[in-house]
Amino acid sequence: MQRLWSDFHKGILKENAILRLLLGLCPALAVTTAAVNGLGMGLASTAVLVSSNVLVSLLRRHIPDKIRIPCYIVIIASFVTMVDLLMEAFVPELHEALGIFVPLIVVNCLILGRAEAFASRNPLANAISDGLGMGLGFTLGLVALASVREILGAGTLFGLSVMGSAFRPALLMILPPGAFLTLGLMVGLVNWWSGRGATGHHGL
Amino acid sequence: MASELIVIFVGAALINNVVLMQFLGICPLLGVSRTLSMAKGMGAAVIFVMAISSMVTWGLQHYVLEPMSIEYMQTVAFILVIATLVQFVEMVMLRYSPALYRALGVYLPLITTNCAIMGVALLNIRDNYGFIETVSHAVGSGLGFILAIILFAGIRERLERADVPAPMRGTPIALVVAALLSMAFMGFAGFGVADMFGL
Repeated sequence: MQRLWSDFHKGILKENAILRLLLGLCPALAVTTAAVNGLGMGLASTAVLVSSNVLVSLLRRHIPDKIRIPCYIVIIASFVTMVDLLMEAFVPELHEALGIFVPLIVVNCLILGRAEAFASRNPLANAISDGLGMGLGFTLGLVALASVREILGAGTLFGLSVMGSAFRPALLMILPPGAFLTLGLMVGLVNWWSGRGATGHHGL
Repeated sequence: MASELIVIFVGAALINNVVLMQFLGICPLLGVSRTLSMAKGMGAAVIFVMAISSMVTWGLQHYVLEPMSIEYMQTVAFILVIATLVQFVEMVMLRYSPALYRALGVYLPLITTNCAIMGVALLNIRDNYGFIETVSHAVGSGLGFILAIILFAGIRERLERADVPAPMRGTPIALVVAALLSMAFMGFAGFGVADMFGL
């Protein structure tokens, strides 16, 4: 039970995908122009991550070692297709706003990374709690990044005006440079706060 | 027709730069840009695979998926084709051009999960490009990638000797550098400083 809890909560802060592991940065930078897009992307990725963790964990004794990566890719791509079609049917506006980054969940290194590093060598319950924790951490990272950008770049949060009428938004923040700048400063802040200095390492 | 191709080409390379404007291929940008020579190798491998995979996925979409009305298989089909293609390119290169293989070989396996390859393949289809337009878009995007990663690596080599505050060392300062580069590229889209800061 304790093990399940630690598998879950490590992904939220200690091994946060975006701010500590620096995984899944392409969608993190691209879709965080508004908090609602960040939330939608986070939840979609979490759904794929948990589903693929479940299937990889269940099949871990049956997938031959030599072709495991192509197998994981097919599993992930199938779930991405399902999420893509479901989003198109039920949240068409969000689907439109996220654009090609919905099918691109398939190349999000976080998902393949968890399949390879965790789900393929752990039982079902642990794989689920790992997927939920990592997905929640990813979602929180996306929402935090998107909130900062939306507040400074448009003066709103989740579409509601928060800065008053005298505020003149800095368009820069919702343009591409604002994404790099906000993420860079946030990662720096997390490094400073956790007192570990540079992360240095970056997984490809 | 020719002018349209040039617009697509320049648009993909500069105005909608694949890395700095569309955020495709951030992992190699941060991971393989420590030295200029690594950046060149990665850039060459990306443009090569990007051109081939765009042509193949275009054919797959128009001659297989659409006639069979199974467009919903696009994500699965594209990622498998790209993964297979990268393996295949690696084998062909090893057999016929060992020199090229030695130069690009180490970067090839990393390319399968490079979202720029898959992203450009998807954009070709989404924007309804014909075959020639697809090639122009893919080569333009590849050149845009090379431009971004080489500029970035050049700056990072100098950054090694700069006195950066400890928490900002490594990736954080690299992201700030990317922000400045991206701001410069906004100029191609016609944004001035006043627009960006809401002045």
